[in-house]
This record gives sequence, structure tokens and C-alpha cells, in this order.
Amino acid sequence: MNKKNISLTSLVKTSGCAAKLGPGILHSVLSTLPKFHDQRLLVGFDTSDDACVYQVNDATVAIQTVDFFPPMVDDPYRFGQIAAANALSDVYAMGGTPATAMNLVCFPSCLDIEILKEILEGGYSKVGEAGAVIAGGHTIADPTPKYGLCVTGFAHPEEILTNANAKTGDLLILTKPLGIGILNTAAKAGLLSENQAELTASVMATLNKYAKEACRGLRVHSCTDVTGFSLTGHSYEMADGSRKTIELFTGQVPILPEALEFASMGIIPEGMYNNLDYLEDKFTCKNPIPQNLQDVLLDPQTSGGLLLSMPETDAKEFLKRMEIHTPYASIIGQVTEPKEKPLVFL
Amino acid sequence: MDFIDARGLSCPQPVLMAKKALAKKEPSYTILVDTKAAKENVSRFAAHSGYEITAQATDNEYFTLSLTKK
Repeated sequence: MNKKNISLTSLVKTSGCAAKLGPGILHSVLSTLPKFHDQRLLVGFDTSDDACVYQVNDATVAIQTVDFFPPMVDDPYRFGQIAAANALSDVYAMGGTPATAMNLVCFPSCLDIEILKEILEGGYSKVGEAGAVIAGGHTIADPTPKYGLCVTGFAHPEEILTNANAKTGDLLILTKPLGIGILNTAAKAGLLSENQAELTASVMATLNKYAKEACRGLRVHSCTDVTGFSLTGHSYEMADGSRKTIELFTGQVPILPEALEFASMGIIPEGMYNNLDYLEDKFTCKNPIPQNLQDVLLDPQTSGGLLLSMPETDAKEFLKRMEIHTPYASIIGQVTEPKEKPLVFL
Repeated sequence: MDFIDARGLSCPQPVLMAKKALAKKEPSYTILVDTKAAKENVSRFAAHSGYEITAQATDNEYFTLSLTKK
């Protein structure tokens, strides 16, 4: 097959994080399986955190995560970069530094092997940028291409960031713009301009390394990365786990250009509706907000940004440090004592 | 009146079918969809294009969307 004639996304039915099996179905199976116990496993299965954390000794914890998905962009190199950035992100979201990464590859045997090479080169570029090493991998012949990484990172036990320790008075910061799921759907529909597609891809391919490093020396009470469960879903998990209420400043949330327009045209991924079904009784709107804005707040993100909960002075210093990396990092909410609902849209 | 059967298709295909059909600017359309996401997305597109929408569910299997130009 000629490489030039292949558009990667035409080979897949669902792409990016939208390809995940639904949490309800998965839970029905996992809940029937035996539970393992090890007191060195500090963060495991039962909390909906980003990666597992295992105590190696008093000064070191290992952080492990695995993530892979079918392509959401046609360019193989970009796809490799996005899949790798997405997999590495879970280590950053836990406060760790990635050390080793293993490739997970599914690739059609009939496809030009040059495409696989470009996917891997994209992945390697991000692993290199992360300062980690590729340590191996596993490749399966499969009609639907998929790529991702299994990543191991390390941290000092005190550096570990959970998604369940937000404190009253904290401000919430989001480091990447929303609308990625909607714009990927627009791309699939052939409605996205080349410039817009490239901007979306570059946001997805950006490592959360810089956001994590900008936390150095600052008080971060809670952290997670925003992915398929949307800003609303991940904010809900943080509020619920911390037994607080999170008020989102919906007018301050960074949003990619054209995402609101596509949302009002119904160019919305199915995952947004799944998120809405699950979350609609978890939030309340202080004042009515436009439907397309609510769509964006529930839009499943692929390789989204970090969501951080930190005291005001630290939050301001963090934003100052992020200025050289991104125009998008913004204060988007605040943490209050628990109210009637875990989430309030202001 | 135009008739579109978008059942069995995943997003964004139903919206794209509606988009193509609505470009003909007929006064009314009937569109069949079989997922909640397709129902919502096609309804949003139709509203955005100046149509009023009524939706009727049949046997929990599919929805019939009736579009009328405002």
C-alpha cells in the first residue's frame, strides 16, 4: 500500500481517548475479580487516580502507567508524539519524573512499514524530550493501528500528588485549552482547516512536563490530568475525593478557537454525551450558561493539560512561570467547603 | 420533504448527512437516528440552521426527528 494514500484515521472507528471501553462496563468485570493487597502499593486500583504508586524504599516511590489508543490524526509522526505525550502525562500528574518507557504497538501487516517507523519516531521524540529512555516494547499485527507507552517514573514519597487533597481556598489552574475532542471530531468530518488541525495536534503533543516542573517549590494540594472524562469529570473526581466543592469560573476556561462554533453545529463526540449522562446530577449552574460552553466543559480530551489545586500565592507564581511555555494556562476555579453539589459552574 | 436514514452510523456521520441534505434548504425534513448522541448532534445542527425540531422515540430503538423551517 502506498504510504501517501493512507489517512490513518480512516483505518479506525473510534480514536484517541474516545476508544476507551466505558467505565460502567469495565467496572462490572473488575469488581468481580480478586483484590490484591500490598502495603507498599500507595496508590492503586480503587481510587480513580492517574497511575499506580509503589513504595520502593523510604526515599523513592515508583510510578507506573500504561496508555495506548488508535490514531486521531493522519500524520504518523504527530500521532506517535500525541500517544507518547498522553502516556507520559500520567506520571507527571502524579508528581513524578518518567524514567523508562516501553512501546505498545498494534500495526496492520498490510500497511507500509515506513508509517510504523514514523509513529515510533514521533513517540521517541517525546520520550527523549521527557528525559526518559525507550527500554523495549511489544508489537502485534492488528487491522487497527494503535500506539502508546508503558511508563515507569520515580519520585520522592513527599512529591506524590493525588487528585483527592484539594483544600478550601485553593485556586484551580488548567494548563491546556479545552475543545480537543470536538475539534478531533471536526477533523474526522473533514471540517477542520489545516492550521486549526495543526494547532490542535500541537496542543495534544505538548508534554505536561513543563507544567509539572513549574510546580517546583510551590504548594500543590491536588493534581490530575484532564483526559476522556472532561474538565467537569476530573474536577468532580477532585472535589468528591477531597470532600469539597469546586466552583468553576466558566468564563475563564481556555478554549481552542472554533470549538464553541463546532459544538453549536452538533460536531460533538459521543463521549461528551456519555460524560453528561454520568455527570449531570453532579453539577449545578449558578446562572444559565450557553449550551455550547457546557458541551466544551464536558468534552473528552485527548492528552489534555494538568488540573492543579494550589493556594492563591502559589497559583500566581505558577502562572508566571508558565508564561514562557504556553498562553493557555489559566485560573479556572476555586475550592470551597462542601455545598449541595460537588461542582458549581459560575 | 426530504427523508434521511442515518441509523447505524456513528458521529459525526449523521450530522454530515444532515448538513448535506439541509444545504438544499427544503422546508421540512424527516431524519432517523438510533443513538442519543446522533439525535442531539443532528438536532443542534438543525437548530443552528434555523429549523424547529420535534423528536419521537420508537420502541427504544430509534428516533424520528421532524425538522420544519422557522
